[in-house]
Amino acid sequence: MLLIRCPYCAAERPEVEFVYAGEAHIARPSDPSALTDEQWKNHLFIRTNPRGAHFERWRHLHGCGRFFNAVRDTVTDKFAMTYRAGLPRPTASEIKEARP
Amino acid sequence: MLQEHRHLEGRRIATQGPGVLRVERIEDCARFSLRVADGNIALASKAFGCDLPRTIGATSDSGARLALCLGPDEWQLLAPLDGRDAIEAKFAALYPKMPHSLVDVSHREVGIVVEGTGATLALRSACPLDLRDMAVATVTRTVFDKAQIILFREGENRFRIEVWQSFADHVWGILQAAGREIELGI
Ligand SMILES: [Zn+2]
Repeated sequence: MLLIRCPYCAAERPEVEFVYAGEAHIARPSDPSALTDEQWKNHLFIRTNPRGAHFERWRHLHGCGRFFNAVRDTVTDKFAMTYRAGLPRPTASEIKEARP
Repeated sequence: MLQEHRHLEGRRIATQGPGVLRVERIEDCARFSLRVADGNIALASKAFGCDLPRTIGATSDSGARLALCLGPDEWQLLAPLDGRDAIEAKFAALYPKMPHSLVDVSHREVGIVVEGTGATLALRSACPLDLRDMAVATVTRTVFDKAQIILFREGENRFRIEVWQSFADHVWGILQAAGREIELGI
């Protein structure tokens, strides 16, 4: 079974306790009515969908209940690192260092 | 009020051989879900009459009161039924100076004790956690088959499950099957 490290519980926990919650670091526009339809569409639906390192939100639903962020490789499905919600996107060197 | 319809009442699983496996419903108790910010933990501890643990997974008890830390700002509080109104009143009086949420979930859950040398084996049949890593006196929310449970390791061979009434029969059925397998040695 895939183990995911919850940064709040500070422990490796079974995948079935977690739910995926989409791409991370997407800021909601503060004034949606000022956006064009094109910009609003981009905010709602357009995601990076990278091949390789992907920043994504997860929730430790059947655990501490908290949302957090993770960097996962979309090719190997391996998690490079997880970090608390609200922290900035880790840099490439931080990710490289954290990768097991 | 506690619901009239109570799951698992009077049911018991016991395998032959002393101390192998005993599964039993725990007497009703008062249960609260408490959410409160870091800075007010001391106040909340005083109101409950038991120091709230600050680490996720940690537990503490004082007399018959039990505090389980489930998340960064979340606790499950357990106490004897007769203390329920007093606890609620104590916290209610604190609302003006301590913003918090205290929800009575006494009727929502059933407590099940799983005890014996076969306890971890029985739990492992449907729980994905590595129970060897779980220290005595720690607690966690997790899943048991498809049902969400709170699992509290009270002793090396003694666990307490807290599960919603609606999932209780399901959890019980699996424990029963596991108990039967343990009894037959398969
Ligand atoms: Zn967690």
